[in-house]
Amino acid sequence: MARTITMRQAINEALDQEMTRDPSVICMGEDIVGGAGSPGEDDAWGGVLGVTKGLYAKHGDRLLDTPLSESAYIGAAIGAATCGLRPVAELMFIDFMGVCFDQIYNQAAKFRYMFGGKAVTPVTIRAMVGAGLRAAAQHSQMLTPVFTHIPGLKVVCPSTPYDTKGLLIGSIRDDDPVIFCEHKAMYDMEGEVPETSYSIPLGEANVVREGGDCTIVAYGLMVHKATEAAETLASEGVECEVVDLRSLSPLDLDTVIESVEGTGHLVCVDEANPRCSIAADVSAQVAQHAFGSLRAPIAMVTAPHTPVPFAPGLEDAYIPDAARVAKAVRSTVATGA
Amino acid sequence: MTEVAGARELSKEALLDAYRTMRTIREFEERLHTEFATGEIPGFVHLYAGEEAIAAGVMAHLDENDYVASTHRGHGHSIAKGCDVKGMMFEIYGKDEGICRGKGGSMHIADLDKGMLGANGIVGGGPPLVCGVGLSTKVRGTKQVGVSFTGDGGANQGTFLESLNLAAVWELPVIFVVENNGYAESTSRDYGVAVDSYVDRAQGFGIPGVTVDGTDFFAVHEAAGAVIDRARNGGGPSLLECEMVRFFGHFEGDAQTYRAPGEVDDLRATRDCIVRFRTQVVDAEVVTDDELDAIDEEARALIETAVDEATAAPVPELDELLTDVYVSY
Repeated sequence: MARTITMRQAINEALDQEMTRDPSVICMGEDIVGGAGSPGEDDAWGGVLGVTKGLYAKHGDRLLDTPLSESAYIGAAIGAATCGLRPVAELMFIDFMGVCFDQIYNQAAKFRYMFGGKAVTPVTIRAMVGAGLRAAAQHSQMLTPVFTHIPGLKVVCPSTPYDTKGLLIGSIRDDDPVIFCEHKAMYDMEGEVPETSYSIPLGEANVVREGGDCTIVAYGLMVHKATEAAETLASEGVECEVVDLRSLSPLDLDTVIESVEGTGHLVCVDEANPRCSIAADVSAQVAQHAFGSLRAPIAMVTAPHTPVPFAPGLEDAYIPDAARVAKAVRSTVATGA
Repeated sequence: MTEVAGARELSKEALLDAYRTMRTIREFEERLHTEFATGEIPGFVHLYAGEEAIAAGVMAHLDENDYVASTHRGHGHSIAKGCDVKGMMFEIYGKDEGICRGKGGSMHIADLDKGMLGANGIVGGGPPLVCGVGLSTKVRGTKQVGVSFTGDGGANQGTFLESLNLAAVWELPVIFVVENNGYAESTSRDYGVAVDSYVDRAQGFGIPGVTVDGTDFFAVHEAAGAVIDRARNGGGPSLLECEMVRFFGHFEGDAQTYRAPGEVDDLRATRDCIVRFRTQVVDAEVVTDDELDAIDEEARALIETAVDEATAAPVPELDELLTDVYVSY
């Protein structure tokens, strides 16, 4: 029986095993060791939420604390990826991507195409996403759609410790730039994770719950809201199939469509803001490719089109919850019954 | 006499190579200026004519294992770094046999096998990438160096300033070359930069710097050699400011009304780096005019052939639209 560890430990273990396996893998980021050049202890932080704690003792200088200088060090990670390294750069909060976005979407994302296939850029950029920690508007966003929009980037957002380890290893081994989104409210979530190294391919969705009445598509923390809603609905006699996208680019549309063909109903759940969201994208594609299977309009459950608020009551209302998902399912199932 | 002394310090082969590089760049750019006016070349191009001594002087110290990140004005760097000249011309014409298969164009000419990390359409895009070259070199324990070229305009970008700091604190084997041609697009360098010298900026980040006359190949060659040797041998980053001139506009089609009347004619008459080089090496009696004339003809023939072949070459098949990208949708 596999051990039970947290998502934080799963990330740490994936990094540890990949750094051990491949000397070209390095980790870099603000405070990923902590205390660099300071008079106190080494490895003081291990990342702002302790995700990389302990790796410095094993891998030493292949973990680099960086200045608070996102354009320079994210760009450096990208440059290093073009000439021999396989860097994993931590950007702390995905909200900070704005500071260094040029390096990601004009440089890393485009090298392979605009250089006629002559370049690879095997860089993984880890960043925390999502609301729920009372971190307010600039530390809580779910910016997955922003990166999914850019050709050349891959975007991953896992929902369990098991998937986190396998997808992070898969991302590091991938020759393309990957934005690896870690939901900060899930670092303490526990799950069974094998001690051995394993890789989950990017672009394969996971059906986490089977059911014949309605398909719920989600990713990240929203998978758990969807599953919670599905359990409630099961007691009402409505069986939901929950599809965890796991990676948003590439997108496993086949699994979504196959599910919708079986259920005839679709609810897309997304913690991102609604306009041009993953939910909107999946809805549009299902409408294009599986309209004949739908027995009712597609429903979307997303954050509102607002920044993330600070006041706890407001933030709780901002984040889609199981009750909203269940309500959307009841509505669509009733419409198309 | 110092100019003659500089010419005598290099081998004849090195001098001829440098001249061939500069003449090829000049011929390439002058011809593009003419050809662009015909409307045959898609998009827009930024020409390097007048600045050849810098590309040639710096790249003389690099080999294929060293990396260069260039700018939107990247033809000269690409030629000097060893990119295939015909492949570049094909690329600028958007042809299938282009160095980037017609998918990059003038502003994205790259060849990783030659250590050319790319011209770059984003002003200030290159310096962080070159920090990555330095990082890779340090982690892998090699003797490679990275060179970032940035214009006087690009040196105002935050990416440039952040990269100076990162390179300094990590003691990276990188060189930041500032090509100061006096104009950030149409805006005077003096309007946009408050300090007199980019060396002052470098020193503010704890990096040594030197300013040279970028129209003097030997001055560039000597200064670049010193900072590249320093980086290669663990001495950390440096800044090399080259004061030079731009013979054409920011882009082709730029009427350049912001320049003084007669300014370009005067620069061509008095500050042409190729004319100066010729005088230096011929006066030093190490190379003859005939030898240089032969290279002129060689460059002319190469560019003539490149343009003829590029104009006649096939364009990419339309299914190329969907290749070389990580995710198809």
